[in-house]
Formats: sequence, C-alpha cells, structure tokens
Amino acid sequence: MSARPGTGRRTLFLCGLGALCAWTLVPIYLIALGAIGGPGLISRWPKPFWPEGSSLAALRYFLDIAGVWSATLYSVEAAVLCMALSILLGIPAGYALARFAFRGAVAFRLMVLMTRAFPVAILALPLTVGFIRLGLYDSPVGVGVMHTTLALPFAVLVSASLFQAIPHEFEEAAWVFGCSRVTAFLRVVLPLALPGIAATAIFAFVISWNEVFAASVLTVRHRTLTAYLLSVLAESPLHVQFAGGFLLIVPSVLFIFLVRRHLFAMWGIASK
Amino acid sequence: MADIVIDGIRKAFGPVVALESVSLRIADGEFLALLGPSGCGKTTLLRIIAGLETQTEGRVLIGGRDVSDLPPRKRGLAMVFQNYAVFPHLTVRENVAFGLRMAGADAVRVDRQVARAAELLHIEPYLTRYPAQLSGGQRQRVAVARALAVEPAVLLMDEPLSNLDALLRLEMRAELKGVLQSAGTTTVYVTHDQTEAMGLADRIAVLHSGRIEQIDTPAALYRHPRTRFVGGFVGSPPMNFLTVQTASGQTMLDGLTLAAPGRERVVLGVRPEDLEPAESGLAFTVRVAEPMGSHTLLTGEALGQPVRIVAPSDWRPAPGERMFVRPRPDRIVWLDPETGAALEEHLA
Repeated sequence: MSARPGTGRRTLFLCGLGALCAWTLVPIYLIALGAIGGPGLISRWPKPFWPEGSSLAALRYFLDIAGVWSATLYSVEAAVLCMALSILLGIPAGYALARFAFRGAVAFRLMVLMTRAFPVAILALPLTVGFIRLGLYDSPVGVGVMHTTLALPFAVLVSASLFQAIPHEFEEAAWVFGCSRVTAFLRVVLPLALPGIAATAIFAFVISWNEVFAASVLTVRHRTLTAYLLSVLAESPLHVQFAGGFLLIVPSVLFIFLVRRHLFAMWGIASK
Repeated sequence: MADIVIDGIRKAFGPVVALESVSLRIADGEFLALLGPSGCGKTTLLRIIAGLETQTEGRVLIGGRDVSDLPPRKRGLAMVFQNYAVFPHLTVRENVAFGLRMAGADAVRVDRQVARAAELLHIEPYLTRYPAQLSGGQRQRVAVARALAVEPAVLLMDEPLSNLDALLRLEMRAELKGVLQSAGTTTVYVTHDQTEAMGLADRIAVLHSGRIEQIDTPAALYRHPRTRFVGGFVGSPPMNFLTVQTASGQTMLDGLTLAAPGRERVVLGVRPEDLEPAESGLAFTVRVAEPMGSHTLLTGEALGQPVRIVAPSDWRPAPGERMFVRPRPDRIVWLDPETGAALEEHLA
C-alpha cells in the first residue's frame, strides 16, 4: 500500500478485500453451518449466524460410515502418487523447456496443454479397458496415474516459468565456481525454485484430492474419498452430505494454510 | 598464476560469425581489457575462455594446459558477472565461500580466505546478510570477493562496473585496480567503456565486428591507433579525421604544409587536444563551444569536415568565429582513406 491513499481508494481497497474474503469464506461457512447445524437447519432460511443446537453429530455420523477411512487412505495414496509423479516428471520437462532451445519446443508446449483438451468422459472406456489389461484397474495407483495426466501439464508449464524466472547467470556462476550441471541445479537452481515447486506439488495433490469423475470410473471397491462419497452420500440425509463436503474441504485448506509462507516467499523472489 | 593463450578462436552462431580467428596471448599476471562496442564479440570471447560458450574452431590454453574442451569448473578460473549473479539464497559469507566449498577446502582454509577476501573488499559488516539486503555497490563487492576468495589463476570480468552509478563506478574502479594489482592475478576484463579500459588495463585489445583491431598498452593505443576505428573508439572526444589531397609527398592545409605519405589522398588523424592555436595554419570555424571546466570543447569545421578541439579552459570563442590551428607534428597519424589502416611508414 502507498503511504497515504485517499479515502476513496481506501474504501475501494477494503471493499475489494471484503468481496475477495467473502468469495472464499462464505461457501465454506455455509457448508460448515450445514455440517454442524443438524438436520433442522438445512432447510431453514434465513439461517442464523451461529446455530443454537450445534453438534458434531453429523460429522461423527459421517466418519462412522463404513469405508470412509479406507477411502480416505486411498485418496491420500492416489494424491501422493500424483504429486510425486507430477514433480518427478514435470520438473525435468519444465527445466528443459526453460533452458534449452530444442527442435519442437513450441510444439511440445502446445502438446502438453492439448492433453487437457480431451474430456475424461470420452477417454473413460478405453482407459478402463487399458487399465484392466495393465492390472491398474480399481487401485489407488491407477487413479494416481490417471490424476497425474491431469496435473502434469500444470506442473510442466508452471515449473518452466519458475526456471525461466531464475537468471541463467546464477547457474553459470555456479559452474564457474566448481559445480557440474547437476550440482549447480541442486545447489543453486533448486533452492531458488523450491517455493514454487512446493506450490506446484500442492496443486497436484489438490487436483487429485478433488477429482471425482475419473476416480469413479476407474474404481469399484477401492474408491477414493470423493468417488466413494459420491456413491454413498447420494442416499444420505442432506446434513450428512454437508458434513462430508466440509471434511473434504478441510485438508485442502489446511495444506494451503501451512505452505502459505512459502507461497509468499515465491513472490519475493519473482519480484526481484 | 597462469598465462592465457587464445589460438585461432572462431565462433559462429549459425550463419552469424561472432568471432573470426582471434589469437592473442595474455601474460601471467597481466591485466588485459577487451574493449569494443556492443556486438563486437568481446563478451563471447570471454565466455569462450570461461567455458560457458563453445568455440567453433581454435584452442584456449591456460597455464600451458589445453582447456578447450573442459567444463568451466575444471579451468581454474573465477568470474565476475555483469549483473553480479550473487546467489540470493545464500548469505554473503556463504556466497564468498561458495567456490572454496565446492573445491572441498577444509574449514580453516575457507575461514581464512573468506576473511581475507572480505577484508580486501570491505564487506566484513555484511557477511551474515543476504544479498537482497545489500545495495548494488555492495553486491558488486560480494561478487568480486567471491571470485578472489578462491585465489584463482585467472580472473574474468564481464562489464563488472556497468550497473553502478557514475560516482560509485569511479570509486570502485580505483579500488579494483589496487586490489588486483596486489593479488597479481591474470585478469581479462570486458568493457565497452574506453576510460575504464584505459584506467585499469596493462594492455587493451580493441575488438570490432569479431576481429581484434589492435592490442597495445593504453598509451600506445591512444597515441598510435592502427586503424581509423581504434582512433575513433578510444579517446573521448574521439580522434579527428581529415581527408586531404597530397602532391609530391606533401599536403597543403590552408596555410600549412605538411610532409605526407606519397599517395593521392590520405586521412590525417589527430587528437582534439593535439590541435594547437597558431597565427596561421589550418582554418577552423567554431560552431559550438562547450566550457567543461577543465577545458573548453570546441566543435566546428576545417576543410569542410567536422573537427573537435580540446582547448584551454580560458578560451571562449564565439560561435562562427574563425581561428587557425596547427596539429602537433609528432602526434599526427596518417591513414589509408579506403581501408582505414594506419600507413606504417609514418608510425613512430
């Protein structure tokens, strides 16, 4: 903020800030209200700011649904696999795009994005058949691999721009002062890109965590949480559905909250 | 310590030739400046010496060892980059120690050499800070300290002062010269600023479109430019060039007769401060007079060609005024009007 903004600008700034906060917080608040307010509150309007008869009964009921915990475990497995594969494949690809002028770099960039142009719905049948043949069908590994294809384009393009933002001279200085290409990358480039890489990893995790469709198609018994809830909650009362939704949001929000410092650090480097 | 031999280095970027067959030898402990306008290939040559760029042809020898195909880390050199390239994620101390740590030096040696380099460049107060907390001048010092800490045989500098403001540049230049003289390191220094090259270097190599035009001491380069380009590029204001007609080994400049090479037309080169006022001689018409404090810079015409004169500061001729000047005879350079090359028979 500048030192002394005019009152008009200040009001505008605060309004914007309020709108931005509301955009994120109101939905979360409403879901939370539905989750802890009990069955009676769901259909009431206007809603009270704080539910008088609040209870964690719905949340507990939800957690007691058979299979929720194992589904959570599958979700985490798939998301971690997706995160790891996106980083392991995405970072070298991003680095290559950022640092080397190779034949077909532009085409490669486009192709990376093109993978997102095919709707999963169309690919569902061939994917299922292929996964059954490979023995990946109905396993968190299969879901993780599928989610990697969704997260990888972002990982490649985001890390490419990350590496592009790191001046080449840093690497050259490292080479001159005794580093090989690999040690220069590990000692100089990687530490500088780390906040951005962490953000990319979290993004991949969240993509996998939130994905429903592919997970529903590719699993039958070993469903990830979202896919499991989709099939189970359809028959549950509304406030239990809210409880499920609320508990799904919590990990993502917590994750982002924990790494927010690194995300800001990334901006610090980018603005230099 | 080591000497550097550059043997027939050629560099082409696709169809664009950046360097064509450059050869030169830099003595052990010598300070050589690579001087030239942007795009002349000076930075490319430095990067080839460093191993950051691969030559198309030719060899680089450092201390008698052929390093042409070695990666930068195996060449035994240090480098100061134009925008410093001080690692932002390391403290000043770790930046300065970086080369030593990579070389596997023990803690005692790291501490000793870091302390020495830090003392030499007066950065001890900032050792625990991060580069983001330093000013441009301080970062510059860190970059030089990092290079000196490894006690390299060869130090390469790529326009290290170009990002500093004018006053700081002057201060840093003098300091750099002192530090490097005491270190005795073989230094190659790239710059487009001729005063920087003149002030710092033992010898200057002037590059022009991928070729070395001349290598000489600053004084010789200034006094006896071997080409018209060198005369025009080195020295501020640049050398005056007058195309004159000659007859039977003489040329007539208004009221002045000079012995000249036996050609029909030649170019007379003379420095602005080597044109002295006289009773008779070359007629000079003042167009602009700029009082610079230490001298007055006169811009005008003689023989219908543009001429600049550095005159004593008490001279204040009015625009349009006509006066006579004579070039100091021992300071004249004769050049070929077609090739721009100095005519050897008249070089001192």
